[in-house]
Amino acid sequence: MGCCGHCSPAKRLPETHPIAHIVRETAHVQTFTFKVSLGAKPGQFVMVWLPGVDEVPMSVAEDDGKELKITFFAAGDMTEKLAQCKEGDLVGLRGPFGTHYTWEKKQKLALLAGGYGAAPMHFVAKEAAKDGCTVDVFVGARGKEHLLYLDALCALKRVALHVATDDGSQGFKGTNVAALVEELDGGARYDQLFACGPERMLVAVSQLSAQRKIPSQLSLERYMKCGYGLCGNCVVDPLGIRLCTDGPVVKNDLCMEITEFGKFHRDDVGKKHLF
Amino acid sequence: MLASGIWGITASSWRRVAKHGAGAVTTKSLWLKEHKGHSNPVIISTEHWTLNAVGVPDAGVEKAKEEIGEYNKDKPVPLIANIIAESAENYAKTAQAIVELKPDFLEVNISCPNIEDEFGRPFACSADDAAAVTKAVKAVSGDIPVFIKLSPNVENIGTIALACAKAGADGFTAINTVGPGMAIDLRSRRPILANRVGGLSGPAIKPIAVKCIADVYKATEGKLPIIGTGGVATGKDAMELMLAGASLIGIGTAVADRGADVFAKVCEEMSAWCDAEGVASCGELIGGMHRSFSS
Repeated sequence: MGCCGHCSPAKRLPETHPIAHIVRETAHVQTFTFKVSLGAKPGQFVMVWLPGVDEVPMSVAEDDGKELKITFFAAGDMTEKLAQCKEGDLVGLRGPFGTHYTWEKKQKLALLAGGYGAAPMHFVAKEAAKDGCTVDVFVGARGKEHLLYLDALCALKRVALHVATDDGSQGFKGTNVAALVEELDGGARYDQLFACGPERMLVAVSQLSAQRKIPSQLSLERYMKCGYGLCGNCVVDPLGIRLCTDGPVVKNDLCMEITEFGKFHRDDVGKKHLF
Repeated sequence: MLASGIWGITASSWRRVAKHGAGAVTTKSLWLKEHKGHSNPVIISTEHWTLNAVGVPDAGVEKAKEEIGEYNKDKPVPLIANIIAESAENYAKTAQAIVELKPDFLEVNISCPNIEDEFGRPFACSADDAAAVTKAVKAVSGDIPVFIKLSPNVENIGTIALACAKAGADGFTAINTVGPGMAIDLRSRRPILANRVGGLSGPAIKPIAVKCIADVYKATEGKLPIIGTGGVATGKDAMELMLAGASLIGIGTAVADRGADVFAKVCEEMSAWCDAEGVASCGELIGGMHRSFSS
């Protein structure tokens, strides 16, 4: 089943592939390349399985029809073990799952990337630029040591890079959303805002999008098990929609109806946890 | 109706399913206390089958109180509370706690095939065990009807059903998942599910569901209602289970392939078929296979 009729059918059974190439992006972030394509579009996710350990959802950092990349932060049992893998080690992949970012040809887009959200946003920028879009990417991080994909973004044509760090160690001092506000106040105009990053950043983008009446698409993250709409773990209140199939990328109009957005998420047994 | 185990974690998900045409919703299996499920991967599929070993995760009765309470404030369709426990005594305790939340039915899961490592053979595999659980739950269920969810993975499901009926069961749900089964990844040579094995569902198990429902209907002489579940994706599938003896149809795995509105689609397909075939009410299909031999 494809997500929109134009995408490749999702593989729901994982298959392991050897890691073809590893790039260390920062102290805690790595990019793995696999010599396989799942036909993923920017914003979609795959389930990444480390046999004997666990399986977690991850945004696709790139799928060019020949190779698939994932960029991940070692921040839990599974990703810490994944970070210890070497080239040639086997990792299972299934997907792609969920919705993706959509744009029209020649649109002016502002992309907001927080933390390792820079990886999928690089994928968006690359594909949107091919469609003649003009893309401003606002990459934000706590400090310069956490910034990702800057060189790759700089190398793209029709893409302008804006860097923001909370501590001011590189670029604009403050959040990437504040950097965007400054651009807007300076007269910049955008057809759409796309955002991928921590939920507090998404809340700021959602509010800005509503205030300035600029349509936006946000990538939401919730605990997922199956990835294709069966287990119900990623259902959000009060709509009861599944973020693995109706998301992860949602338009702001829909996002604003999700009352738990920015407030709480549920764990593996369905218990609420406040952000 | 929505079968147990699919979605079913929150009031908002039950409401969503009702909006899409389900006539009733079933909760995921509810435990007395928090119960962790298995590690991922827990659900994998091909177009023919799904294997799951989610491991029945649940946050316990306190969360059930919150979600069922929220759902009951403005209930669009009846709620079937599915309960599970590790002993007949705890089935009774769980049932007692859940009965206070006033569900429309209790469904007793005695047939989960993927927690055997933790709890041993399911109660549904022995007529005595199944009857003991039925009796324990019936003792505390008051006027709430009790449905026993049966396992297809037994020598004679009819004998088990009859034992439950004698212990006071008001109806049955047939069937739980089949197997368990296993899928192995070729390169790593490892079972894909973290639990190694999991219950089989999806289109491939429908013939087993039809046979089991027919056996239960025959053993209980069609006197008790049967919720038919197992591989239903279309209106024709649903009617086949009805001919075997089901009077209510549960859909689970098919929500992934046909979407959340699978419930409305199945109902429309049944109506269209009945209209075309001159069947006045699809209710007349219930147990029709058994009557076809006597006419």
